[in-house]
Parts: sequence; C-alpha cells; structure tokens
Amino acid sequence: MDALYDIPLLGLLLQFVAYIVVQFPLVAPIIVAAAVPIILGALCGFMNERSGVVNIGIEGMMLVAAFSAWWAASLTAQVIPVRGGPLGITPALLVGLAAGIGSACLLSVLHAWLSISLRADQIISGTIINLFAFGITGYLNLLVSQHAPRSGGQFGSLQLPGVITDLPVIDIVIESFVTVGPIALTMLISVFVLQFLLYRSRWGLRTRAVGEHPRAAETVGIDVIRLRYRNVILGGIFAGLAGAYLTIEFGDAFQSQMTNGRGFIALAALIFGRWTPVGSFLGALLFTASVGLERSIRIAPPPGELGSLLTAIPGEFYGALPYLITIIVLAGVVGRSVPPAADGQPYEREKRAT
Amino acid sequence: MIARIRAVALVPALSVLLALVVGALIMIATSPMVIDEFSLVLPLQAYAAMLSGSFGSVDAVVNTMVNATPLVLAGLAVAVGFKGGLFNIGAQGQFLIGGLSATAVAVSMNGASPLVAVPAAMIAGMIGGAAWGFIPGILKAYTGAHEVVVTIMLNSVAYAVISWTISGPLIGDGVTFARTDDIVAAALPVMIGRNGHLGILFAAAAVPIALWLLYRSTTGFEIRTTGANPDAARYAGMRPRAVIILTMTLSGLLAGLAGTTEILGEVGYMTASYSTGVGWDAIAVALLGRAHPVGVLFAGILFGAMQAGAGNMQILDLPVQMVDLLQAVILLFITADIVVRRLFRVRESAGDIVELASVSRSYGGGAV
Repeated sequence: MDALYDIPLLGLLLQFVAYIVVQFPLVAPIIVAAAVPIILGALCGFMNERSGVVNIGIEGMMLVAAFSAWWAASLTAQVIPVRGGPLGITPALLVGLAAGIGSACLLSVLHAWLSISLRADQIISGTIINLFAFGITGYLNLLVSQHAPRSGGQFGSLQLPGVITDLPVIDIVIESFVTVGPIALTMLISVFVLQFLLYRSRWGLRTRAVGEHPRAAETVGIDVIRLRYRNVILGGIFAGLAGAYLTIEFGDAFQSQMTNGRGFIALAALIFGRWTPVGSFLGALLFTASVGLERSIRIAPPPGELGSLLTAIPGEFYGALPYLITIIVLAGVVGRSVPPAADGQPYEREKRAT
Repeated sequence: MIARIRAVALVPALSVLLALVVGALIMIATSPMVIDEFSLVLPLQAYAAMLSGSFGSVDAVVNTMVNATPLVLAGLAVAVGFKGGLFNIGAQGQFLIGGLSATAVAVSMNGASPLVAVPAAMIAGMIGGAAWGFIPGILKAYTGAHEVVVTIMLNSVAYAVISWTISGPLIGDGVTFARTDDIVAAALPVMIGRNGHLGILFAAAAVPIALWLLYRSTTGFEIRTTGANPDAARYAGMRPRAVIILTMTLSGLLAGLAGTTEILGEVGYMTASYSTGVGWDAIAVALLGRAHPVGVLFAGILFGAMQAGAGNMQILDLPVQMVDLLQAVILLFITADIVVRRLFRVRESAGDIVELASVSRSYGGGAV
C-alpha cells in the first residue's frame, strides 16, 4: 500500500481518498447538519423559479423565520412550560415552527404580489425582502434581548433501535440523515417528494410549463397567475422551515444576521443542481462537504506531503469554493446549468379583443 | 422644468413620507418594549433626534456627508449598471475588493509622501473594484451567465478574499486580532469638522462626471442604447458585448472608489471580518434616485442623513436598525408605486424611468 502512495501525484490522490474515507464518518453529521437549511432554502427557490419567479429574498425570509420561530417559542415556553415528548416536541416549539413558517409565507405573499401582480422587477422585490429582514430582525432582536428572554428549547433527534444503528457501513448514512430532528426529516422527505411531483404529477407538468412558456400554458387552460401565486407562497414554507431549523432545531438562540449568507448558498445549490430538488440536495451536500473538509484538515491534518499541501491551502478557499463552482457552472465552462426559460419574466395576460 | 422635476421626484418624495409613517407605526407598536408603555410621541422624538443628528450642527452635517459619500458613489455604480440594462447587485463585493486593494497599497506606502501615497492607493482601489466588476461583465457578454447571480456569488468570494489576505499577508505588526496596520500616508486628509475627509469631494465630483458620461458622451449613448435594446444597438453598429463589459467595469470602478474613500477616509485600516451593507443600500439609493446621477445624489444624502442621525436615536433606547427598516420600506413604496399613486391620486406620468423594468428580463440567460 505504501508503495502506491509513493507514486508522484497519483499517490497523493490516493492518500487524499484514504484520508477522506477515514475522516468521513467523523464529519458526516456536521456536513448534513450544515446542509439542512441550505437545502430547505433551495427548495424555496425551486418552488419560485420553476414557475418563473426569481427569488433572491430567500436569505431575508430565512432570517425573519429564524427570528419569529425563536421569539414565538420563547414567549410560549414562558406560558406553557411543558417537557418534551417524542423528538423533543413541546407546544412552544410547535408554536415557534408555525410562526417561522407563517412569517416566511407572509414575505412570500409580498414577493408574489410585487412580482406577479405588480409585475415589478423580481430582483428588486427580493432586495426589499432582504433589506426589510435585516432591519426588522435587528430592531426587534435588540428590543427583545434587553429583557433577557429564556430560550424556547429545541427539537430532539429521532432515536432508532440499536439493531439499525449498529448495521455496518450504512450506519454512518443512517446516523447522519435519519437520526435527526423533525425539520431535517421533513427536508429529506420533501426533496424526494418534490422531485417525484415535478416530473410525475399534473402539478409538476403545469409548473414546468408555466416556468418555460407561460403563454403556451395559458392557451391550454392553465391559470398562470394563480399557479405562480400558489407556488411562491408554498415556497415560503421551506424558507420558514430553513429559518426555524437554525433557531429551534440546530440551535436554540437567535443572533443578529445569523443566516450569514445561507440564503445565497441555497441559490447557488439550486443553480448547481440545475433547478431540481435532488440536484440542489446533492449540490448543498457538496458545498457543505467542502467546509467539512476544511474543518477536518484544520483539526486532524493528514500526515506527510499531502498534509503540508492541504494545510497550505487557505481555509477561506473551501468556504469560497461553492460560489466559484456556481459561477463556473453558470458560465457553462463545464456542464452548463440553464435556468427555466421564463424565469424572471413577469407574465401579462393577453388583452381580450374588443 | 418644474413640471418635469415634479413628474420624476413626486413619487420618491411621497414614498419617503409614507415610509416615515410606517416607521412611526412600528415604533408606536413596539414602544412598550422600548420604554415600557405605549407612546404616541416616541416616533416624533425619534425623528427629531434623527434630524438633529444629521443636520442639527456643523459636525452633524459633516457626518451626514461622510455617511453619504460611499452611498452616492456605490449608488452611482448601481445606476450606471441600470442605464446599461444590467443589475449590479455586486456593488458590495466591488466595494470590498476596492477597499482591500486600496488598503494593500496604502499600508505598503506608509513611509511615502501623502502626495504619492493617496493617489496610488486610490487608483489601486478603483482598479480593484473595476476588476471585480469586469468578471461578471465578461461572463455576461460571452456566456450569458446572469450578472445578478454572478455578482451575488462574487460578493461572498470577496469576503473570503478579505478574510484570507488580512489574516495572512496583510496582517499588521503586533496586532492583537486580524487587522492591517493603520493607514498613515495614504489616509485622506480631513478638510472640515471632525471627520469631513477628502472623499466627500470625490463623491461630489463623481455626480457631474457620471451625468456627462451618461448623457453627453458617445460612450454613455452606447451604454443607454445597449441597455434599452441590445439588438437595436448592434444594428446601429455598436458592439453590445464590449459595452456590457465596459458598463460593468465602470460600475465596479465606482463601487471600488466608494470602498476606497470609506477605508482611506473614515475607517483607516481593514479587519479580516470587515463587513458592510453598503452594496444593498446602494441599490435602494439608485432606485430612489431613479437611476439618475442627480437623483442618486439626493437619495444618497437622504440615506446618509438617516444613518448619521441613527446614533442619536439610541439616546431614546431605539435600535439603530430602525434606519434599515425605513430604507426597506422606502424601497417597497418606490417599487409598489401604484400604492403611492392611489393614495395620493398621482397620475402616471411619462417622466417615469422605464428602463428598470427590463433589468431582470434576461435572467433566463443567453449570450448577447
């Protein structure tokens, strides 16, 4: 084996693969946990963009949802202090979850109204949502935190019987993806359900038609405006889940601007995944794996030449990698990613002949 | 003339007014959390504090100008993009890379004469910003990659670049956290008041230059024609690809200049975690100013005044984030101008800016 590792370049590559195989079980849960809000955000973007509405306001929707979920849970926990049942579910957390989803859907209604009814520029509409989210969460968070509120708690993880978690090899996969909280489980199910619906259901066909050629869709009797409204507002649910995940499942506290660009990485994952749920899912995992690799190299660098090579690469590079990959994919240097044809175009019904 | 100004400026002015009303309602609704009781006068106190903090004294006015400087320059950057049919959402990244390039040159020239160091650092900053704008420009022109997505991604890359360079090669001597040395020779001289630095003049000069460039020069004509209709521009013998690249580069240069004046004039050093929201504010400024240099000047001063006055609101225990909120609501009313028109019975006028409508149409991609 060592002889193989001594081959120049190829040996380094083999060492690298071996290193990843050894490190993977340690970082896999971290990678998945980091990917959950990004995948959920990408699903929000998916619902919007597949029906022809650009959404760069995912970041703002997530931030508002994170704050309202945390605040609502905290307020409810003071009134109904109940211990958690299965998955750590308490009334406070359910109220928080509802508040997170509800607030993100409200912002989605605003986005839908501006971009579908008013036919405003959709990028501007997204910018408004982001600016508004920075402002309102910053403002309220400062006021709320003056009274040192108690945390509303956080969801627990699904516990599986030892028979399943002790299975060889796939135990890592099960532990990373299945022994997680309810929001992460919802994400996992949604990805595959949405992928199926997109290509195998009436809704999916109509959504794709409206995203690619709304005029043609209208002529066969699809109500373009209504479908776009419905999809954009439903998309808000996923942005709400993404935000709530940060404050009532992954953690139990809110910090100012805590989404920290996750909404934009979600957009990147969506583009990288060619506007499909499973593609976004894999894209987001690849992106967070890049960050997981960085952490792994920092904590336990591989020995020898490979170690000195990997530690020589600045850590920031791994963080910037998702964005660089997205630019490359979008520019079509390798494997071009093409958006839905009508993405970003407001739809105007044809005037009735008088 | 007055009728024209009215046609262009009435809706923005009314939008600001409506936003102040919405802000007041939010402050009243949250007043129990601020002062433990409902208060109807809290918004009035807040706006009075804001006004005195922004225009109440010479220092306040200077502070307003200092705050307005990066907003006007970055607002012009976004406006130039709009005129060329491009949505430069990456003023943020260009601002950061501009500031970083200026810092890199500035700290290496700390021993030099200011007469050399200041121009060198400023040119470096402009080149840095222009380069960061050139990338989405050339990608848009030749591959059709939409500039909105590319610039959003480049914003995040800019943060990574800053974090790496400042905690690495640019880290200062004997610093306790990741930051550069203080900028000495290349620091922009203070001309007036406590912090009224030379950058204010650059912002003031950039407005007529942009005005001339966009409306009196051949280049500006090409930019506006390509923005309105690239096919028509090509038919008229222009080269839309070259114009798109030029527009994005110019836009990046202006945003880079904004970052340069901010770092050299106001901050004086850069940290690895340096962060700003100026790129997003600049979009609001450009839209409030109707993508016209003079409009951008007024919008930039308004936002600068709000930011300068925000500090005074803290005396009333009001979070400064109220200002971000107001800016978002202003932008909302500008965009949903139908609300403003209905409310105040303003008729739709021919003087409105129409080119904005076309900006995100090309999101679906396709090279020019």
